[in-house]
Amino acid sequence: MAFKMSVQGFKGKIGEVTIGTGYKAITLGGQNAVAFFEAEGEGANLPKVGLEILDIYPEEWIPSLQEIYKDVAQDPAQWAKFVEEKFNPDFICLRFMGADPNGLNKPVEECAQIAKAVAEAISLPLVIAGTNNHEKDAKLFEKVAAAVDGHNCLFLAATEDNYKAVGAAAGLAYQHKVGAESSVDINLAKQLNVLLGQLGVKNEDVVMNIGCAAAGYGFEYLVSTMDRIRLAALGQNDKTLQMPVITPVAFETWGVKESIAELEDAPEWGAREDRGIAMEVSTAASIITVGSDAVILRHPKSLETLRTFIGALV
Amino acid sequence: MALTGLDIFKLTPKTNCKDCGFPTCLAFSMKVAAGGAEISKCPHMSAEALDKLSEATAPPMKTVKIGKGETEYALGGETVLYRHEKTFVNRNRFAVSFKDSMTAEEIAAKLDNMKMVDYVRIGEAMKVEIAALQYTGNKDAYIALIKQVKESGLKVVYMLVCQDAAVLQDALALVKDENPIVYGATKDNYEAMVNLVKADKLPLGLKAANLEELYNLVEKVQGLDYKELLLGTEADNIKDAVQSTLQIRKIALKEQDRKFGYPSVVFANELAKGDKYLEISLASLLTIKYGSIIVLEDIDYARALPLFALRQNVYTDPQRPMRVEPKLYPLNGADENSPVLVTVDFALTYFIVAGEIERSKVPVWLAIPDAGGYSVLTAWAAGKFGGSSISSFIKESGAEKMTNNRKLIIPGKVAVLKGDIEDNLPGWEIMIGPDEAMHLPQFLKKLK
Ligand code: B12
Ligand code: SF4
Repeated sequence: MAFKMSVQGFKGKIGEVTIGTGYKAITLGGQNAVAFFEAEGEGANLPKVGLEILDIYPEEWIPSLQEIYKDVAQDPAQWAKFVEEKFNPDFICLRFMGADPNGLNKPVEECAQIAKAVAEAISLPLVIAGTNNHEKDAKLFEKVAAAVDGHNCLFLAATEDNYKAVGAAAGLAYQHKVGAESSVDINLAKQLNVLLGQLGVKNEDVVMNIGCAAAGYGFEYLVSTMDRIRLAALGQNDKTLQMPVITPVAFETWGVKESIAELEDAPEWGAREDRGIAMEVSTAASIITVGSDAVILRHPKSLETLRTFIGALV
Repeated sequence: MALTGLDIFKLTPKTNCKDCGFPTCLAFSMKVAAGGAEISKCPHMSAEALDKLSEATAPPMKTVKIGKGETEYALGGETVLYRHEKTFVNRNRFAVSFKDSMTAEEIAAKLDNMKMVDYVRIGEAMKVEIAALQYTGNKDAYIALIKQVKESGLKVVYMLVCQDAAVLQDALALVKDENPIVYGATKDNYEAMVNLVKADKLPLGLKAANLEELYNLVEKVQGLDYKELLLGTEADNIKDAVQSTLQIRKIALKEQDRKFGYPSVVFANELAKGDKYLEISLASLLTIKYGSIIVLEDIDYARALPLFALRQNVYTDPQRPMRVEPKLYPLNGADENSPVLVTVDFALTYFIVAGEIERSKVPVWLAIPDAGGYSVLTAWAAGKFGGSSISSFIKESGAEKMTNNRKLIIPGKVAVLKGDIEDNLPGWEIMIGPDEAMHLPQFLKKLK
């Protein structure tokens, strides 16, 4: 046998979804390969890397991050502007921790004000993440979607429980992009996409969040779910699975022991910040390896690392 | 590569003697191809034909053994590109890089790190398995390096990264019995290298300027009838090294070309050029996609915690979820005064929770009902870990006889179950534990 590269010609192709407006708008997806760096891949937009900010002061974040943001984190709009100027990620993810009914339970009107101020303070695309309380998110996104009308934001996320409300507000009434969140299962991902389609939300307005886990915490299920989704989307040309994927890595990795144990809990483990970044970059690189088109990160060092990593692969 | 009935038929004596129990050689061959009969049923096959057959029916990727005794590991032997298709079998192994240009102190520091980062996670050893000893030109220093590693008492596989057969000769005199890897056969030295390793069947690492040259080199080495091989995917940039690693596996498994049916070796440390987080990112990619030996610059917990855990995840068998036996477990010498904690039978969760309880040194009973082998929230969402199943487990497991303590602590993530359990277990005080198991020691110490 003579040497020949192994290149699989896939019939299908991942759709493209654009978030944001103007020259900083980003487009996800577009590849006809499992991941953007595989030899068969063509037309891929490079995976995008965003940084997380909160609607409240980041009490639980590590001291070094609080230090970076201490002068701006009281005001989400200022914080967002600072992140854009200093770190210039591909997008900013504003996460409404403060709206959580089990926490501060901020009224949705107040959140809408914050979202509007943030969207107007930056030219980067904005991803808006809710509280993970599906009932609250339905109400929250309805108000926020109206407040950021015209900014073409991505909402995280619509779930089995609230997709009608979220899809109608974010996807139909104000023509934002809808995140479709399912629990690490190809059939659930497909079903939610179909339901959103039946509601009238177009495929090119949907980005999937198929779930997330930190490396070591059931991450193998994510690998296999991503593999199966991509093989169905590309190999079988399944249109209902050809949406790009976004993964909120930071939401998971900064909550596991490896990242939160203080030095006195585990003296031999070394500095907490070092471990936190390591968990974040490992998980993000892993999910990008199996095809995720965007990741949400917390630490600027992780952003810098992932950018180098992605750039070096093509 | 799968053989057809006709391919096999060509290898038979074509005498239709029926000794195999089939009317004709062709009928027999078709049956063998379909997996319905063993080739050994025909007593008349020539040795040469059998050789060809076993060659053709061998798995597409060879399993190569490195190290010896306590430090023996199998690499390769994979049959699928995606773990859900079957399972990945032989996990990748990590190496730490040493060079003869390093001072004895620098070497000692890395050896200490390798000794320190050695722990157990979900019942499995987490550590760096290989010392990659890179020769950069100073033979005396190289020999001294090998001796220093040997004398450190560290249990590792030696990987001699060197292209000079004369230097290797002396190096091997020190570690030959440990089944070390000899890495550095090129198109210019491969004959000498094969000579060096053949008698002891040592794993031999090949390297070339690009994939096509590597392919040709494998062909030449196979021509010398040597097959204990590892394939280096060295390149001066990340893109090419990753592409090579991917292609080697795809060409072996998808194109069924055995020239690339060997484990790979990737120097993530060289590619990352001293950027530790980039090295971790790359090593993560390679753990999922087809690196067999991944060389790191050094080891510390920041590298180890995500990388070893990721590897452990990726190499679990998707058809056999890791579960522990549902049971009431006494921990830290639990007795009739100890409280009861409840969690699920997912091995990952059990080991994390049990580990934290052991760290606290507080005697407790750990109740594990049958939760379908799922994590806390997964089991709860699937309806397999609820108020009534927990309550009936407490009753049926005999917990009320084992302890007089009537405190039952539930995971913080299922705090909603409190009321339900209270209704089902009169006399018990149901307490909500922390969300994360790592806060259990503090919680349990306060409880006393
Ligand atoms: C991997 C995974 C799966 C795997 C299963 C893996 C397994 N064996 O459990 C699969 C893909 C099969 C799966 C399926 C489902 N999943 Co699932 N899954 C996950 C995922 C990504 C990781 C789970 C994990 O491994 N965690 C790690 C373990 C160690 O965590 P843990 O058990 O909770 O233990 C920690 C703590 O609870 C604590 N702790 C544990 N025990 C105790 C005890 C005490 C006393 C204390 C104090 C503390 C404590 O310590 C541990 C470490 O800190 C999570 C999302 C996530 N990132 O968490 C979703 C998640 C749990 N799944 C979810 C769902 C909905 C499901 C499904 C019901 C989906 C469906 N509709 O079919 C199914 C259910 C199964 C079924 N019907 O077949 C949801 C649950 C939502 C909710 N809040 O209720 C989650 C949160 C995802 C999401 N955001 O939607 N899932
Ligand atoms: S025993 Fe061998 S030679 Fe005889 S019929 Fe069977 S296959 Fe042919």
